Amino acid sequence: MTALDTAGPAVTAGPAPTRSTKRSARRRARTWGEIALLAGPAVLVYLFFVLLPVLLAAYYSFFNWNGLGPLDQFIGFDNYTRLLADPVFHRSVFNNFFIVVMSLLIQGPLAILIALLMNRRLRFRGLLRALIFVPYVLSEVTAGLAWQILLQSVPPTRWGPVDTLLRTLGIEDPPSWLADPDVVMWTMFGILTWKYLGLAIILMLAGLASVPDELHEAAALDGAGWWQTQWHITVPLLGPTIRIWAFLSIIGALQLFDMIWIVTGGGPLNASSTMAVYMVGNGLNVSQIGFGSAVAVVLFLISLIVALVYQRFALRRDLAGALTGGVR
Amino acid sequence: MTATTAITVAPGKARPSRRAGQRFDWGQPVVYLVALAVAAIAVGPVLYVFISGFRTNPDFFTDPAGMPNPWTTDNYARVLGDPTFWRQVLASTVTALGTTIGVMLLGVMAAFVIARYEFKGRGLLYALFTTGLLFPLTISILPLTVLLRQLDLFGTWWGLIIPQVAFALPTTIIILVPFLRAIPGELEEAALIDGASRIGFFWRIVLPLSMPGLMTVGVLAFVGSWNAYLLPLFVLQAGGAASEDYTLPLGVQFYSTAYGQDTTGVLAYTALAMLPAILFFTLAEKRIVGGLQGAVKG
Repeated sequence: MTALDTAGPAVTAGPAPTRSTKRSARRRARTWGEIALLAGPAVLVYLFFVLLPVLLAAYYSFFNWNGLGPLDQFIGFDNYTRLLADPVFHRSVFNNFFIVVMSLLIQGPLAILIALLMNRRLRFRGLLRALIFVPYVLSEVTAGLAWQILLQSVPPTRWGPVDTLLRTLGIEDPPSWLADPDVVMWTMFGILTWKYLGLAIILMLAGLASVPDELHEAAALDGAGWWQTQWHITVPLLGPTIRIWAFLSIIGALQLFDMIWIVTGGGPLNASSTMAVYMVGNGLNVSQIGFGSAVAVVLFLISLIVALVYQRFALRRDLAGALTGGVR
Repeated sequence: MTATTAITVAPGKARPSRRAGQRFDWGQPVVYLVALAVAAIAVGPVLYVFISGFRTNPDFFTDPAGMPNPWTTDNYARVLGDPTFWRQVLASTVTALGTTIGVMLLGVMAAFVIARYEFKGRGLLYALFTTGLLFPLTISILPLTVLLRQLDLFGTWWGLIIPQVAFALPTTIIILVPFLRAIPGELEEAALIDGASRIGFFWRIVLPLSMPGLMTVGVLAFVGSWNAYLLPLFVLQAGGAASEDYTLPLGVQFYSTAYGQDTTGVLAYTALAMLPAILFFTLAEKRIVGGLQGAVKG
């Protein structure tokens, strides 16, 4: 996140200042021309398609509007009060944070542990890494459709692939993975873990590659066991990688849409809805652009607050200089 | 479970006195076991999709967890013989390539200015782009749709490419600026002394030297576009494009909704849609990971 704060010094290798002010004025005009020519297209595209829509979302959120007719029904904060009073939205926010917390508590430590184990000379290491990375490179749509078919069951007559497998293993009455409102978010978390654990492991392995071997040897000479060495030396040095992963994971979980939309559509009974699913459901299906925009604004504010709190939290830990414990 | 196995792994190899004996390292098989288990869980469902694409529907419903009996290539042949499928492959390829080229071009030009020009507002320009990380597509999708409709880009491939370029710019610039800054100033002086303009320097020296960074940025943009769902859902599906003009993810989903009863057909379609991603992106693993690390490094 600190990359956001500064552009750093530019490399100045331009020609030395000239004597003639007239010429230098021309040169300066030329420089500005180059800047405009080079940066202009990116700035225009970016302002128009990234920043403008955000401002428009804030504006539309005060209107009752279907996106097509005239934008003339100003309703103040009505969209927001309606939104904040809707139990379905509460459920959606809860689900987003469920995924955030579960990812940090389970995916993070699991990935670190597996990466620590794999961080040694292994035969077929490249192949293993590639295999572990496969779920991440799939589109959410293909992965989601695959899981939908794997988990589909119409008990007691028709069992899906996963349930059939479980039944041959002696689990006669497997849970309704996608149809039970109390189970569905756990199922979704399982699918997301399957999809993103590989990326986390590969990121951690990349981070571990930069931890010098000498440290381990020194610790071993001092009589530290493998586990002690990892815990006291390797994991703290992995701090930056863990923070990058945690940031990606938190932001991704707050924006969660594709996988849920494909696998459950937010159902059953909105039990697996997230903020983005709620927004798209209202914006796409019912054409409530005004109301959907209000959801987008709230989603943005929540993400912003979480990002700021996270930055603070991560910074504080850096200052304390004791980054153990992974992501807690 | 893993915690206990980890403790048993402790190798004593760093202690010189032990060297002569070189005991068998019990950690090794445990590690292979864990790694294999993780790899199997990761790849298992994907393999299942590919294999089940070779089944007939009655066979599938008799024993969903079994192997094909008999094996049949009908499903795959049908999908591969379907012009709609190939149109969708084309749509995905064109939009992904368009996005990649656009991002690399606009990104490197803007990053060059930020990295190597000294001017008032340079810091602001950089901050402007990095702020974009706070505004992901999800937040602006509804107003963006309205904008695209007014621009007559609704339902078209351009309506995908241009916003995707815009949304990929922040990451791209954050990755490229350090690359461009690392090019030594002496090179630029030498080029200028040889009579090259600054633009000439950019074209002849900066572009070739920043290729590794550009490749990373390009791969990230390509992957993002190839796998994209939210934007195509709004721009193409809601935008009223014909299903032949859908990108693959959208097309696969459309097929599964339209022909939901044909489960093994859907599986074959899904498998074929997975294939390019697995082939290309697994090879590009290092660049994807490096890019993701760079995107938020701080």
